[in-house]
Amino acid sequence: MEKQSLKGWIYLLPALAFLAVFMIYPLFDVLVYSVEEGYNSASQTSFGIGLYNYAYVLHDPYFIQALKNTFILVIITVPLSTGIALLIAVGLNSITKLKELFQTIFFLPYVTNTLAVGLVFMILFKKTAYSDGLVNLLIQSFGGTSVDFIDGPYWAKMFVLCFYTVWVVLPFKILILTSALASVNPDYYKAAKVDGATKWRIFTRITLPMIAPMLFYLIITGFIGAFKAYSDAVALFGTDLNAAGMNTIVGYVYDMLYGTGGGYPSYASAAALILFAIVLTITCINLLISRKSTAV
Amino acid sequence: MKVVLQNLTKIYPSRDKGPDVTAVNDFTFEIPDGKLIGLLGPSGCGKSTTLNLISGLETPTSGKIFFGDDDVTNLPPENRGIGLVFQSYALYPHMTVLQNIMFPLENFKGKDRLSKEEMKEKAMEAARLVQIEPYLERKPAQMSGGQQQRVAIARALVKRPRVLLLDEPLSNLDARLRLQTREEIRRIQRETGITTVFVTHDQEEAMSISDQIVVMKAGVVQQIDNPQDVYDHPVNLFVASFLGTPPINVFDGEVRDHMLYIGEDAVMKVDLEDRKVIVGIRPEGFILDENGPLCCSLTGVQVMGRDTSVVSSHPASRNPTVCSIISAENKVTGDTVRFRLKPFKTILFADDTEQALDYSVLE
Repeated sequence: MEKQSLKGWIYLLPALAFLAVFMIYPLFDVLVYSVEEGYNSASQTSFGIGLYNYAYVLHDPYFIQALKNTFILVIITVPLSTGIALLIAVGLNSITKLKELFQTIFFLPYVTNTLAVGLVFMILFKKTAYSDGLVNLLIQSFGGTSVDFIDGPYWAKMFVLCFYTVWVVLPFKILILTSALASVNPDYYKAAKVDGATKWRIFTRITLPMIAPMLFYLIITGFIGAFKAYSDAVALFGTDLNAAGMNTIVGYVYDMLYGTGGGYPSYASAAALILFAIVLTITCINLLISRKSTAV
Repeated sequence: MKVVLQNLTKIYPSRDKGPDVTAVNDFTFEIPDGKLIGLLGPSGCGKSTTLNLISGLETPTSGKIFFGDDDVTNLPPENRGIGLVFQSYALYPHMTVLQNIMFPLENFKGKDRLSKEEMKEKAMEAARLVQIEPYLERKPAQMSGGQQQRVAIARALVKRPRVLLLDEPLSNLDARLRLQTREEIRRIQRETGITTVFVTHDQEEAMSISDQIVVMKAGVVQQIDNPQDVYDHPVNLFVASFLGTPPINVFDGEVRDHMLYIGEDAVMKVDLEDRKVIVGIRPEGFILDENGPLCCSLTGVQVMGRDTSVVSSHPASRNPTVCSIISAENKVTGDTVRFRLKPFKTILFADDTEQALDYSVLE
């Protein structure tokens, strides 16, 4: 038995070593950085241990802005993208003709290059010297005044960011939900139909509970993904997100490390740990709710 | 409520340019009120399709279905007043047993709408009928297969259906439970008096439970009769072979001068003209007799306790082995074994059409 388990550990060693060097040690280091006050990366010295870094980050208006942006993004995009994905998946599941074609079309964004997507959004929304962008042309044709979505008011920029995020995360969610729907035993539907349940009742009382585990999975990963948003904002608004007022928490962490006026690993670490605490809390709440509602 | 099927036909259009599939072909039958009918046949014989047509989950290509005097051919399933039990039970896993049984009642609309108490009352009544009251708060996953099956039956019965349909309800149970549940279904059917259609591929199940058996093959009804008559007087070779375990022994035979020959063995005098025939002999149709006319070479003897199964071979047999069941008191030894035949257990079929031939034994 002992020999057996030793052998097992040896097999695990490469992966464990890898994890230890690239995951566990850095995590631990982040914790250490975040409590070292006045850390100087040149001399590798600090004044002492304390919570000043956290206090600084929490009072930094840029961080507050990033926090606000991230929360708005999460609260809008997660329910919206999951809901739309569910609608599309149910639609896909109920058609027979051209099902594969539509499935492929809905999945295309997932395999499309991010830069290409960014370009498309630019054509749609960006105002240039030559054009106001496709969306603005549409707005004008309906008699509205054009809006600068990239450098304009805050709500316009947030709208573009949310739109972009929803669009990017949709394909994966549709894929997961279509397969979840397809895996429901058709006998349940037959039984319900024979028993006279309406389409809506079948959907709410049978379909939804049956795919609830997948829905919760999507909501939890959606929350985590949206809290970690950064590249989307960069793709739309460029690297100077603080100036655009569209920074996210991860963006703030990055700026603190490498951005102009960066080089503050202590502040970055503190911000990263605050994000970690937020994600952890939300995930725990999510898990508790899902346990309660899908308990067997 | 009697159920009338009138020239019922279901044709599935071809897929991939293959031929159209006729799942049910011109099925006409009147199921008497309050009886339990077994639809029996091998996989793909159209028995489940027939059930789906009665339930309304599928619509017939032609033909009509009546419940009593109501033409229900074009009614959707929810308006037919049927209860359906699936092979997979199809119990909703996220609901408790009570919620499962109450589900059909919650769908009532308008003046039929029930209060929570009435629903619970009716659900309890159904649960009592199938004897699952102690488990009402459990989820289906916490119950055995047999208990789940009872819940499924309770759910089908709770709204007092006019017709109860059971689609292979016992196939997912182990042998012992299958026997028990079979009895249970019979008891519930008798108590409620609901006309019931029971689909199975297990001939023993169909025989033990049904008032009448419908044997189907490739969409065509072969025979409709009470179980004993289907067994004793099969209309053709297919029905004879499909019913009975061990299966009927099939020989190539011939009638010459009113004498029936199996191979070269002259086994009995019959009142038929000279012709080639197929001889079917039930395993219990053999009588061990030193001077018997049918001579087989002995392969082995299987002791089954109550009976002894004698496995032998005969040159005219269509199967490699001939199986005969005799009482366990007999001792069988040696290389050959000789039998006399019980005329009642010996069935003759035309060699070309495989239809059963009417004959009497001449002394």
